[in-house]
Amino acid sequence: MKIGIVRFPGSNCEVDCLEAWRVIGQDPVMIWHQETSVKGLDLIVLPGGFSYGDYLRTGAIARFSPIMNDVIRFAKDGGLVWGICNGFQILTECGLLPGALLRNAGLHFVCSPQYLRVESNGTVFTNEYKQGQIIQIPVNHGEGNYTIDDEGLKSLQENNQIVFRYATSNGQVHRNGNPNGSRENIAGIVNKEGNILGMMPHPERVVEDIIGGVDGRGMFLSVLKHFERRGQRGA
Amino acid sequence: MLKANVTVTLKKSILDPQGSAVERALKSMKYPVESVRIGKFMEVVLSENDRSKAEEIMHEICRKLLSNPVIEDYSFELEG
Repeated sequence: MKIGIVRFPGSNCEVDCLEAWRVIGQDPVMIWHQETSVKGLDLIVLPGGFSYGDYLRTGAIARFSPIMNDVIRFAKDGGLVWGICNGFQILTECGLLPGALLRNAGLHFVCSPQYLRVESNGTVFTNEYKQGQIIQIPVNHGEGNYTIDDEGLKSLQENNQIVFRYATSNGQVHRNGNPNGSRENIAGIVNKEGNILGMMPHPERVVEDIIGGVDGRGMFLSVLKHFERRGQRGA
Repeated sequence: MLKANVTVTLKKSILDPQGSAVERALKSMKYPVESVRIGKFMEVVLSENDRSKAEEIMHEICRKLLSNPVIEDYSFELEG
């Protein structure tokens, strides 16, 4: 399985992502944003950070980086794309995922461990979790307030595209557990086809006990299993 | 050269927590304020002298980059 992690000017979680993949035995390549091809890769990770200093809007300028043309083509052809935090913001800016991420409702930058409920374990990215499982993954953002219009929300629900919701410690999806005011406590979604995932929390930061938790490992293992199974089928 | 003065605001249907915070501050200062919305102002100087072409270019720039049509509205005026 060949993984590429895109590094934009201002990315700051790309090395965490690299290390997280290494923990489960993979060896990703770093892709500079000025490159123009993602040829030969099976998965593209758009990491967290502050691409272009978050100028104008988060992700707005990164979306026009040279590499993004090929990332968009790759995604539309069914390639796996995983956007974390700023990566999620970039994916909504380029229209690969619906909705948008606004300033946190409380105006504060939030940086804390966060409980999530796995709303869909039927995706390539979450098949190692149980449906409804409560996991703890940190958030670290100023603009994670997911918004979408009524029609868009209905479509997300009907197509089972909501993957994670913010929850309280006892697993209730309630506004008390919502760190940023996001609509319906949404923390992560996939596109209709299920090959593009965007999420605000940082699973790459919880893949080893020594760094405080392992609840994020399941995502990396899920993607890995998906490729192993595909390999066995000879596809 | 033509200059475009661009205003980008959050759509009315989108909550503006910054605007609400400023609104509360002004109200606490006892000003007769109904509501506050915060937006962005940008000046774009174009190397294009034809007004109708400049307008077309500005609409494209605004839709593509200066605003996010999912959450924002834009308007602009040409000067010069």
